[in-house]
Order: sequence, then structure tokens, then C-alpha cells
Amino acid sequence: MSTSNINYLQEKKGLLSWLFTVDHKRIGLMYLGGVTLAFLLGGIFALLIRLELFSPGSQFVQPDRYNSLFTLHGVIMVFLFIIPAIPGALGNFILPIQLGASDVAFPKLNLTSFYLWFIGLCIALATLIMGNLDGGWTFYAPYTISGNKAVVWAVFAAFILGFSSILTGLNFVVTVHKLRAPGQSWFKLPLFIWALYATALVQVIATPVVGITLVLLIMENILKIGIFDPALGGDPVLFQHFFWFYSHPAVYIMILPAFGVISEIIPTFSRRNIFGYKIIAFSSVAIAVIGFLVWGHHMFVSGQSTVASTAFAFLTFLVGVPTAIKVFNWLATLYKGSIELKTPMLYALIFLFLFTIGGLTGITLGILSVDVHLHDTYFVVAHFHYVMMGGTVMGFLAGVHYWWPKMTGRMYSETWGKIGAFTVFAGFNLTFMPQFIMGTLGMPRRYNDYVPEYEIFHKLSSIGAGILGIGLFIALFYLIASLFNGKKAEQNPWGSKTLEWEEAASPPVTHNFTTQPVITHGPYEYGVEVKA
Amino acid sequence: MTNKLFFWMPEQASNFAESLDFGLGVYFVIAALVLAGVTFTLVLFTSKYLRRHPDQLAKAQITHNTKLEILWSVIPLLVFMGLFAWGVKGFIHMRVAPNDALPINVVAQKWSWTFIYPEGASEPELVLPLNKPVKLIMTSRDVIHSFYIPAFRVKQDALPNRYTTLWFTPTKIGTYNLFCAEYCGTQHSGMIRKVKVVEESEYIAWVTEKANSTAGLSPVDLGKSVFGKKGCAACHSVDGAAGIGPTLKGRFEHKVALANGSEVIADAEYIRESIMEPNAKIVKGFAGAMPSYKGQLSDTEMDGLIAYFQTLK
Repeated sequence: MSTSNINYLQEKKGLLSWLFTVDHKRIGLMYLGGVTLAFLLGGIFALLIRLELFSPGSQFVQPDRYNSLFTLHGVIMVFLFIIPAIPGALGNFILPIQLGASDVAFPKLNLTSFYLWFIGLCIALATLIMGNLDGGWTFYAPYTISGNKAVVWAVFAAFILGFSSILTGLNFVVTVHKLRAPGQSWFKLPLFIWALYATALVQVIATPVVGITLVLLIMENILKIGIFDPALGGDPVLFQHFFWFYSHPAVYIMILPAFGVISEIIPTFSRRNIFGYKIIAFSSVAIAVIGFLVWGHHMFVSGQSTVASTAFAFLTFLVGVPTAIKVFNWLATLYKGSIELKTPMLYALIFLFLFTIGGLTGITLGILSVDVHLHDTYFVVAHFHYVMMGGTVMGFLAGVHYWWPKMTGRMYSETWGKIGAFTVFAGFNLTFMPQFIMGTLGMPRRYNDYVPEYEIFHKLSSIGAGILGIGLFIALFYLIASLFNGKKAEQNPWGSKTLEWEEAASPPVTHNFTTQPVITHGPYEYGVEVKA
Repeated sequence: MTNKLFFWMPEQASNFAESLDFGLGVYFVIAALVLAGVTFTLVLFTSKYLRRHPDQLAKAQITHNTKLEILWSVIPLLVFMGLFAWGVKGFIHMRVAPNDALPINVVAQKWSWTFIYPEGASEPELVLPLNKPVKLIMTSRDVIHSFYIPAFRVKQDALPNRYTTLWFTPTKIGTYNLFCAEYCGTQHSGMIRKVKVVEESEYIAWVTEKANSTAGLSPVDLGKSVFGKKGCAACHSVDGAAGIGPTLKGRFEHKVALANGSEVIADAEYIRESIMEPNAKIVKGFAGAMPSYKGQLSDTEMDGLIAYFQTLK
């Protein structure tokens, strides 16, 4: 125990010790800083969008600038923030420790994927000065094959980021297979690992498809090969098929890790063994598998055949079942528990509420005839923000708070944590609830201007966005402040049963453990109150 | 607004609206009940089992309940299958147009719509007879657009190099918003138009008048009318104002600087070429965003346009 006092943050000093580190924990922290920066940028673009939409007509940005804003918001949030957020930051840090390993299977590859992410960020930001990036994060052809340089480079950025994602996935798959601690059978894995494992499979299998598609789009722009361009005999709908073949599974790349985080936090703060461990683990895998077969539900009005649309709608409903089951399992885990409402738990409960709305409105969009009306309206925008932000971002925030003491060795202010969580919750609902209503009333998305009948909903939504922004800034400030004046964290402040809390110091030593941990109990084996 | 069954839905002005709104209303009730149930359980458990002293453990560790689990898997599945079936039924109804539907061709382009009526009129306006099924046959001149009338609950993408169709029966006199729902560039939100539903007799009078409206016009008036109908004004001003494309005021037979650095005189041949092959000689300071009008203009219409541009001094 003599060397164990030196943690991974103290072991080496200086900028270079970070830039060339292969320690999964340091890479995790660099991801955390990076994705937070991306989230901040994407968030600022979102606030500018909401400011412009406060009133109909052009307020302070011209249409072209507006189109650029919503495209940047989407590209940054999807490719630079939400896909890498939980796996890159929390997964990198926690996964090896939960497995009782000293690092991921391929530490250098891990650093490579971080640098690919960073290159992707640089290219995406460089498009800001290249002219007018537009077309949305979906890059639909033939709009995006007009030779717009900014679009070509943004597509290239997404291509690079895809490789970052593939490498992370590959690393996690191998790590989970090969580096589990003695005694850690598959069903003794924490559910966060199961979720990251299912995510990693999707990353490895689906991402190459979007890589190829994006290369084709770039070639179409430069060489005019005639795959997507109707003027050259190409088929623009083919692009949509290729694109969604990745981008729908990508939705699960975004949400599954959040499911994993929630499955850790609810048992910990309820002191309860999770209800239906195997069901939750397998439903992650089921969602990942069926998720590959539902891409056509983005294309019900694209001219796709009625038979294809029917099949895609059917599979879409099927994927809803394991998702619903997870929500019921989490709720059942609260039953007869010993519940403590710390900030991570608060975010987990907020997740449950918001994600349920996201799921129920997803079912709405799966109904074929209804989707015809709602497709490409604000209803869709509200739906995927309830899933992606209400789901993944709340899961991310829950996870960041939960593992903050482990990662930094400091406790954040619980009072400010709660104030932040309530502000985020209120702001989020005020932002996106009105969008459901204006969407069903027919307000199309990606509009820089709108007819006056939608004004009231846009106003409410913009005010909500302001409140949401304040809530998130509160979180940013007290978390950063805790690094300087936060109370020193104990090894296991939440009394959790997983390895990173039971066996690793806060913050952990460079190789995580001083002796190889051996797994003797499941990850959620909490006791029962004995009546005296 | 009197015909609104639910405050969150637009007016009901087509044959599809009523059943769709009703079904969706039923689903919203189910969804609201599920959400209320989840929220109630969450709040109930959280308050009932809240930790009272720091060492308090759980009262029980229940990890399975087969009956309950089957119940909460099968019930959602059944509800989902019901919704799926209802959705497919409605969708197929929307996909199959009746044989006697009035066929209207729709051409979408950046950033206008052209409606070509069976009577021969070609107009930027959509006017429809009440209670007559209408079938729209759509295509696009450039990128993907999407034809969307919320009050009719219909939407269909219009694709380049391909026809897509859509049908409905307008059931209420009035004017309704027509939106473009697929992102198509600068003026995407400017592709809003008003759809007018009128009595059948009024429709026939209107469409006949429009079909014959160009007969006997002078070349300049014909050109002016074509300029309006083909959506030119979406990008080109006639008074010198800035736009997506160059203004046409004072252009004719004047020198024009091109993007490739050369200069041309904007004579009749340059105008003709720029309409047929818009990207051949792009004016300096503009992106080549215009679709080709090849095959869309008769010789008389082209002559008319050129005559009209001459008057824009």
C-alpha cells in the first residue's frame, strides 16, 4: 500500500504527460473536457437559433446564416458530442476499472481515437470560415452535391469522427471479452458494461457503412460519379437508405450508454439489487440488433414503397417493447428500496420521466398514417430532443455527477447540484413541450421564418431554452469550482457495490488497483433491513 | 378554427383528417395515462421508500416477478400491434387514389411550386374544387422538396428525376398553408403558399380563365406572366433589389462580369442560354443555384421573357 497514495493525476506532470498519455483515465478526462467544449459550442448555436426564432421574420441572422447555425448545431451535437460523450468520457474512465483491469485492451489505439476525434473537431470548426455550411447534419443529396466546399469538409469531418467511434467500439469489445477480473462472469458484469458492449458492437458494425456513404458523397461532389445525383442518373433516395442504415443504429449508439448509466445509479441510490438484471442486459442487445432493421422509418414520405414502409413500421414497434421493459425494470428497482435523492439520482429520475415522453412520442411517429402528418415537423424535433437530450444528456449528467468524486477526487456542491438539476428540468420541458404542439399544428423544421400562428409556441420554447442554458451553466460552474474548493472524496461516497467504488481509490492510482481484484459478488448485491 | 376537434391539431379540411385526429387523440390519451402511471409510481416509490437514516437498507430485494414481467411485455406489444395495424390501414388509404381523382401535376423547384391543371393552365397557385378527389403527380427540378398541407394531413417528398403521387379530397372551403417540409436552401421557409378550396363551379371558371389567359397577350405581357408563374421572382428582382440571383433591372444588353473573370453582353442569346443552361455563365458574386428550364418554355414564352426583360430599364 506504500505506492498507492500517488494517484493517476499526480503520477506525471506537465502538458506532454497528458498529450502522450495512454492511461484510459486521462484519455477519459480529455474526452470529458473535449465533449463538454463541443456541447458548449453546439449549445451556443442552439441558443442563437432560439433567439432568431423568438419572433417571425428575420431578427438578427439572414436565412443563409440561420441554415448554417442549425447545421452546425446538428453536426456538432451528433458527431462531436453525443456519440462520443458517454463511451468516450465515462466509458473510457470507468469500463476498465469496473472490469478490474488496469487499462483497455489497446491503450495506444485509445489515444488514437481521441486524436481522430480532435482532428474531426478541428475540421468541423474550420468549415465556419469556409463559407456557408448548410444542408443539416443529415447531408441529404442532391442538395449537398452542389460542390459547396464547407459541406464537403463537414462530411469529411464526420467520416474521420466515424473512425474515432469505430476504434473506441473495437477497443471496448476486446476489453470486455479479454480483461474481466477473475470471477467476473458475464452475468456479474455491471449493466453499464453490458450497455457499452452493445453500443460498441453497433459502433463497429454500423459506422463503416456511413463511412463509405460519406466517401461516396465526397466523390460525387468532386468527381461527379453519378451515384446520388439524379442529373447523372443517380438516386438521391439511395443516399437516404445508406445514411439511415448507419444513423438509425447511431441513435442507439447515443442512447444505450445512457441506459447503462441509469442502471448503475438507480441501484446505488436505492440500495437495491436491480430488478431483472438479465432482461435489462439482453434488452440492450435486442435493441442493438433490431435497431439495425428500422432505418426506413425515417423515409415514410420519401417515395419508398408502401410494403417497405409497412415492414419498417412493424420493426419500429418491436424495438419499442424492450425499451418499455427497461423503464418498468428501473421503476421496479425503486420498490422497497432505500432511496437517497442525491444529484445523480435526481438526474436519473429526470431521465426516467423525460425518456418516457421521448419513447411515447416515438411510438406516435411509428404509426404510419400519423407520421405522414408529423414527419419533418417540430414534433419530430421535440421527440428526438426528449430522447437525445432528455435521455442521453440527462444520463450523461447523471453519470458525470455520479463518477465525479472517482474521477477528480473531489465532491461537488450538493445544494448547487440540486438547483442545477431543477433548473435544467424546468427549462428543458418549457423548451420542448411547446414544440410538440406546434409540430402537430404543422410547423415544419429547419425554418428560419414562420407564419404568425406559431409565434406563441416559439416564444415559450425560446424562453425555455434560456432557462435550460442557465441550468447547464450552473452545473458547469459548480463542477469546475469543486476542483478547487470541493471536499476531498472518500473512496466510496455513495456506498456502491461495483469495483470502481469498492476497490479503487478516489482518484484511482495509475494502474487502478494495487492488487488484482477478485469478484465474489454481483454488482448490485445490497443487503436487506433486518427488523429488530 | 371552428372545425378544430383538438386544440393541438390544425383545421380538418380533408377526408383524412377526421379519422386521423380521432385515432391520434385516442393514442394521446393512452400515452398520457402511461406517463401519469410512470410518474405516479416514481413519485410514490421515491417518497415512500425515501432513506430516513443513513444506514437504512432496502426493505426487500425483489429481482423478479414473472407474472408482472410477462404482463408489462405483452400489454405494450398488443397495444403496439393495434397502433401498427391502424397506422397501416390509414397509410394504405392515403397511398391508393380513387380512379376518378382530378390529376394535377406539381413541379417543385428552389423556391416555388408550379401546378399544371388538366385543363391546360399552369399556375403558381393551387386552387381546388370542394369534395372532389385530387391526385397530385409531383416532381422536382432540382433538389428534394416536400409538399405538405397540415390542414389536409398529407405530405409527400417531390424528387428530381422521378414522380411521386399523393391524393386527398378537400372537404372544406377556405385557404390553407402549403409548406415545403424538406430542407432546400436559403428560401426553404419562403416556399409557403396558400391553397384555396372553392366550389366546383368557381374552380371551373378559374381554371378555364387561366388556361386561356395567355391567348392574345403582347410578348411583353406574356413574358411578365411567365416570369410570375415560373417562380423567377423568388430569386430575381425586377427593381434592382438584391436577391439570390442577379436583378434583371438594367441588365439587358449591358455588360455583365462573370464569375470566371470574363465579361459578356447580356443580349437575347445570353438570356436564352442562362435560362436553358443556368450554370454555363454565372454572374460574378452569385452561386449557381438556378435549375434549368429546358423543355418547360415554348418558343413564344421565351420570346416573351426576352421582350419583358428589355422593358426593365
